Amino acid sequence: MFDQWKQFSVAALCVAVAAVAGCGRRQAAITVAGSTAFQPFAEKLAEELMAKRPDLAITVQGGGSAVGIQSALSGAAQIGMADLVELPPEAQSLTSVVVARDGVSMVVHPSNPLSNLTTDQIRGIFNGALRNWKELGGKDAPITVVSREAGSGTRTSFEQIITGINLTRDAVVQDSNGTIRETVANDPNAVGYLTHGVVNSKVKAVTVDGKDCTTEAIMAGEYKLVRPVFFLIKGVAEGTAKEFIDYVLSAEGQEIIKKNGLIPAK
Amino acid sequence: MKFNREKTVERLLLTVAFSAIASLLLIALFIFKEGVPFILKVGPRDFLLSSDWSPQAGKFGIYPMIIASLWITLGAMLIGAPLGVAGAIFLNEFVPRSVMRIVKPTIELLAGIPSVVFGFIGVVVLAPLIRTHLGGPGLSVLAGAIVLGIMVLPTVISISTDAIGAVPNTYREGALALGATRWQAVHMVVLKAARSGIVASIILAMGRAVGETMAVIMVAGNALKIPHSPLDSVRTLTANIAMEMGQATGMHRQALFATGVVLFIVIMILNSIATAAVRRRIGGKGNKK
Repeated sequence: MFDQWKQFSVAALCVAVAAVAGCGRRQAAITVAGSTAFQPFAEKLAEELMAKRPDLAITVQGGGSAVGIQSALSGAAQIGMADLVELPPEAQSLTSVVVARDGVSMVVHPSNPLSNLTTDQIRGIFNGALRNWKELGGKDAPITVVSREAGSGTRTSFEQIITGINLTRDAVVQDSNGTIRETVANDPNAVGYLTHGVVNSKVKAVTVDGKDCTTEAIMAGEYKLVRPVFFLIKGVAEGTAKEFIDYVLSAEGQEIIKKNGLIPAK
Repeated sequence: MKFNREKTVERLLLTVAFSAIASLLLIALFIFKEGVPFILKVGPRDFLLSSDWSPQAGKFGIYPMIIASLWITLGAMLIGAPLGVAGAIFLNEFVPRSVMRIVKPTIELLAGIPSVVFGFIGVVVLAPLIRTHLGGPGLSVLAGAIVLGIMVLPTVISISTDAIGAVPNTYREGALALGATRWQAVHMVVLKAARSGIVASIILAMGRAVGETMAVIMVAGNALKIPHSPLDSVRTLTANIAMEMGQATGMHRQALFATGVVLFIVIMILNSIATAAVRRRIGGKGNKK
């Protein structure tokens, strides 16, 4: 059994070496990398633009907001995507453009009778000060706090907007919006937060300070858990990168963003 | 001509063999190069024994994760080792050869099931069961231990079966001739003779359990706390690396490599013990002959 594994790993190594060696450089291709929350939208937009302009080549990668900033800085990607309320100091040297906005929804299990959380309650829950749904007027059951991993754009934005959060050690941590949704959907006592775009009927979105997380409320500036999605460029955008950014900011691009569940930049 | 071909094949195999070793060395070198300077900068004491992990605030203590990894591994062994060894005894001693020839490969198929599938079943079936019947968030040490306990079964069973099968039949015949029952022959003679092989199987399984990542991320809940009960949610060393790697830059990234160094050392120690145990078995047999 172990010999087979050894053979397999050697074979895998050979394939990997061949793949790296065989990868030629594409002409005039640009890479867009970063935020996993915006990745599907960027892919959709790139697809639409490339359908119209077959001479352009745009590759979209994920990796997370931190990767987006790093790869824009290092030049590994021509455009970095980041969804943070405040860009970290190392990103100050980059040119940033807000291309969309994203709401962060607070979600609970559908069986939870609660329909609203105040900012103070959210802070209390995620700090571990409020530990039972009874304290919030719900049933007598312990609260399962579900959060994202350190470094996540969604978590960083969430904590920056709510302020004063020192995440309780009891919090269950999941590493994507999708797994947050599944965890909350599977646990009647859970509460979590995730990007507005992936909320579905398996979980119940509650209002925050009485405001629903809807495109209208966000555009009217009423809902508070909102973060911008940045495109980051080193220096001045030119060539394909500029065309892509212009397309994303055009009426058509913004309409695609809106149709797929995000909030336009303006 | 024939001589030349021999040489060529020999060289080719040598290169292939060394590329496997070289990749291992390169991986080790890379992890240590990234991780060790970090451990020295933060201080091994603060890194290993502090329970504060908040990378954004510059706090890197992996103590809760070390404890979590130990608990989950221990739990997995408490479930997997007795089941696996019992299965191996049953397959070797109480089942006809023809049946064993079908059952053993079937069990080894278990090793081919992707860990994400185990994790998925753990999340969908096991965690809700634990939450409704025992309390807590469900995603817990217990869930992780059960899932890992099942995942290590093929390792324990297949190596233990080989060890038990290698015990000469004359041992059993001798015991039976002295009036021992079947079970007495098994636990007084066969198990004693196969002991080091069985120990090796359990230690290799431990290595697998410590290193398992995907299934554990899915079922253990990944909370950053020192567990006080099997129902608490925990984060293991491997889960920490896999979860935060995508988001980590700078010091945070180095801290994850340093976590990898700790993991690497733990697994190396376990594998060395297993190798030593197997070697002693072979040596012991040679002496008796």
